[in-house]
Amino acid sequence: MSRLPRWLLVLAVIAAAFAVLPLVGLASRTNWAELPSQLGSPSSRTALGLSLRTAAAATVLCVVFGVPLGFALASLKGVSRAVLRAILLAPLVLPPVVSGLGLLYAFGRKGLLGSTLDAAGIPVAFTTAAVVLAQAFVAMPFMVVSVEAALAARDGRLEAIAATLGAGRSHIFRVITLPGIGVAAAMGAVLAFARSLGEFGATLTFAGSLEGVTRTAPLQIYLARESDPQAAVALGLVLVALAIVIVAAAARPDRRAIP
Amino acid sequence: MTLEALVGVSSRAVNAMLHVPEATTLALLGPNGAGKTTVIEALAGLTEPDSGHATLGDAVLFSDRGGRMRLTESRDRGIALVTQDAALFPHVSVLDNVAFPSRSRGDSKAHARGDAHDWLERVGAGHLAARRPRTLSGGEARKVAVARALASDPRLMLLDEPFASLDIEAAVAMRSLLREVLKGRTAVLSTHDGLDAIDLAHTIAVLDHGIVVEGGATSATFERPRTAFTAALAGLVWLSGTWVEGALTLADGQLVPAIGEALTLGAAVAVTINPRAVKIVPPTTPGGVRDIVLALEPRGDGLVRVRCSALWADVSIAEASHFLPRVGEPAHFDVAARPHAFSLDD
Repeated sequence: MSRLPRWLLVLAVIAAAFAVLPLVGLASRTNWAELPSQLGSPSSRTALGLSLRTAAAATVLCVVFGVPLGFALASLKGVSRAVLRAILLAPLVLPPVVSGLGLLYAFGRKGLLGSTLDAAGIPVAFTTAAVVLAQAFVAMPFMVVSVEAALAARDGRLEAIAATLGAGRSHIFRVITLPGIGVAAAMGAVLAFARSLGEFGATLTFAGSLEGVTRTAPLQIYLARESDPQAAVALGLVLVALAIVIVAAAARPDRRAIP
Repeated sequence: MTLEALVGVSSRAVNAMLHVPEATTLALLGPNGAGKTTVIEALAGLTEPDSGHATLGDAVLFSDRGGRMRLTESRDRGIALVTQDAALFPHVSVLDNVAFPSRSRGDSKAHARGDAHDWLERVGAGHLAARRPRTLSGGEARKVAVARALASDPRLMLLDEPFASLDIEAAVAMRSLLREVLKGRTAVLSTHDGLDAIDLAHTIAVLDHGIVVEGGATSATFERPRTAFTAALAGLVWLSGTWVEGALTLADGQLVPAIGEALTLGAAVAVTINPRAVKIVPPTTPGGVRDIVLALEPRGDGLVRVRCSALWADVSIAEASHFLPRVGEPAHFDVAARPHAFSLDD
C-alpha cells in the first residue's frame, strides 16, 4: 500500500478518537473493585438475563422467518425486488420509537391484531413476548439482507451441476444451496442478535419497562443512570464487551469452519 | 445410447449437428469461442437451446415444437458433465462429492460412500477421499469430477476441455484415465488439441463459429481435412485451389504441382503437406511457391516455424540461417514431394 497523505491521517486519527473516547469515558467512571458486586445486584442480573433470553428468542425468529424471506426476495427481479427490499429494510433506519408505535398499533390491545390476539388469550403488549417482537422487528433486516446478498453472489452453477447428477430440487436446496449461504446466514444471525441486545426505543414504546418482564439491560441502564450511575456503568461495560466480541466474530467469517 | 442432436442457441450463434453412435467417443474440436462449451452445456441442460432437437437412445432431451422448446429436466437426462472448473461442491469432502449422485438416488449414506470409495479408487484418487475440494490441485479436482460423473451412472458422458490448464504430467495421467473409463461408453469431449482426438475419439466434429464445418471418422477426417483449421490440428499445411492438369492453382494464380486421380479440371481441390517437407529456396528456383512471411515462431528442438499467409514451414535453424526470411517480406518455398490432391466438392 502506498503511503497516505498526512491530512488524511489526521482526519482518520480524529475519527478513531471519536470512536474510542466514549469507551474510555465509560471505563474512567468504572469502580473496578466494586464491579463484581455491581453486576451481582438482583436488578442488574435480572435485566441482563432477560436481555440474553429475549435476544436469543428474537434471533431464532429472525432465522426461521428471515432466511425464507431472503430467498423469496432474491427470487424476485427488477422493480418489485427494489421496492420490496426498501420496505423490508426500513426498520434498519426507522427511529426505534416509531417502530415501537407501529408495533403497538399492530399487536397492542387496541391494535389491528390486538383484539384477535386478546380473544385467543394471547395478550402481547407489555409482556416479554412484546420485547421479543420489538427486537425481531428491528433485527430481521440484517438476516434478510445477508441471505439476499449471499444468494445474489451465487450463479446457480453448482445447483445446475447437481441436477445433472440426478438430484431433485429439495435435495439440491438442502445439500448445496443452504450450506452455500451458511456463513452469510450465520453472520446475519450474529448481527441480528447484537441488534436485539441493544434494542431500546421500540422496546420501551411497545413493551414498557417492567422489572423481570420487559426491562432489558439497556432499559435498566437508562433507569439507573441517575439513581445508581455505578450500576449503570457496570452493566454498560458488559454490553460493550459483548458488542466487541460479536463484531469480531462477525468480521472474520473466513476463519470459522462451516459444519 | 446413440446421441442425435441439432443444438441451436441463437444468443451464441450456435447451430451444431452431432451424431454419436452408441459406445463411441466424439471429439468436438474448434478454436476458442467456436461454441464448444455452449453445445456441451445445452446437451447437459445447463444452457437452454432455443431451436433444434436431441435424442439419446429413445429419450428426447429437447425438441422444438413449432417454436416452443420442450426441455427434459437435467436430472432426468442421465447425462453427466465434467466442466473445466470441476465444479466440486466446496463445503463437503471429496468422498461426499462422489457419493452425491447415489445419495440423490436415495441410497443410504454408508452405501453411497462405499460406492464413492470404489469410484475414487478407479480414477486413482482414493487417497483424496477426506480432503476438501479447495485443497486439491486442478488435476486432482478434475479426476474427482470424473469419478463423481461416473458415479451417476450416466448414459452419456460430457467432458468440456478435460485437459485445459493441466500441467503435462497431470494431462498425461488424465488422458490414460479417460482412455480407460470411456471404453464402452457414449461420450463427447471438447478439445483444441488433435492428439486428444486421435487418442480418445472414434469420430470428430469440427466446430467453427457455432457450426460443424466437417466431421466423421477421426483418421479419415485428418487425412483429408476440408479446412485449414482441421489440417493444422492434424499438423499439416493445407492449400486449396482449383485443379488444372498436374497441379493445383492457388487463388493468386500460383501453381502447386500435385498428383490427382479422377479429378475434373476446374474442380475445387486441396492438398496437405507435411510442414517439415517444405523447404525455403532461392527465388529463382523453378516450381517454388511465393508467400508473405507473417511470423517466425520458435518450436524448440532447433526448429523455427515460418508462418505465411497461406502456408507454413518448419525448418531447422541451420536452414533458416541460409535464407533468413524477414517478417512482412516474401519468401519462396519448395514443396519437396508432389502431394496428393483431393476434391472438396463432395
